[in-house]
Amino acid sequence: MSLTSSVAGNTRVIAVNVERIDAAMAIQFKEDMRSRTEGGPERVVLDLSRVEFIDSSGLGAIVASMKQMGGGRRLDLAGLTPMVDKVFRLTRMDTVFNLFATLDEALSASSE
Amino acid sequence: MNGDANRQDFVVRFRATELEAREGICSVAERLIRQGLAAERTGDVEIALAEAINNVVEHAYSGIEPGQIQVCCRLLADNLEIRIHDRGKPMPDGNLPSGDPIVPADLPEGGFGWFLIRQLVNEIEYQRLGQGNLLSLRFDLPSRPKA
Repeated sequence: MSLTSSVAGNTRVIAVNVERIDAAMAIQFKEDMRSRTEGGPERVVLDLSRVEFIDSSGLGAIVASMKQMGGGRRLDLAGLTPMVDKVFRLTRMDTVFNLFATLDEALSASSE
Repeated sequence: MNGDANRQDFVVRFRATELEAREGICSVAERLIRQGLAAERTGDVEIALAEAINNVVEHAYSGIEPGQIQVCCRLLADNLEIRIHDRGKPMPDGNLPSGDPIVPADLPEGGFGWFLIRQLVNEIEYQRLGQGNLLSLRFDLPSRPKA
């Protein structure tokens, strides 16, 4: 599986276990995210620390993953590596997610 | 002569499928690193190259048998030239897409590709050549201190 998930307090943590979220991976990623986020805590943190590369298909799949979670629920992103961070900043999609440098920071942040 | 003995032009060829495109993109990035291109700049190149190649896979070869994609790279002291050849369908209207700005609040799930390419590439040229497409990308490189 490309994803593993666990629950920490009132947050579901989903770790991505692949190096690339790219065009070859995007549809699978979105479907795996759907099954991992059905029900459960309102807040989901996506741990991207093992992901070294993302393309526009992968970025679109993360946006779609947030949208399919349904209203009121939040998808936060943690552990962005340099290239992933760059794609979010260049497209300004960093403005629609809460980004945390590490998973620990995401978990210690208060979930409004 | 640019004085970089380990720098040689190279060509990477693969079939226009998502999985083979991934291997091809990784292969180009690895070779650029081996030829001494800085990791951060290689990252920029990899992002732009992936978008350009994904477009060929998704659009130029859409609805037809996936053909070959050929990527020719020339790393010089002050720039990198990448030429992407395919034998697929031409760009719509024979022109490069504009890469309109993204409106993050609309939560778009696509339309990032040409915007990213235009942010990262210094010069882009598209030509329809016979039955194929040629997309040329030039990345300027900061001058390096002399060894």
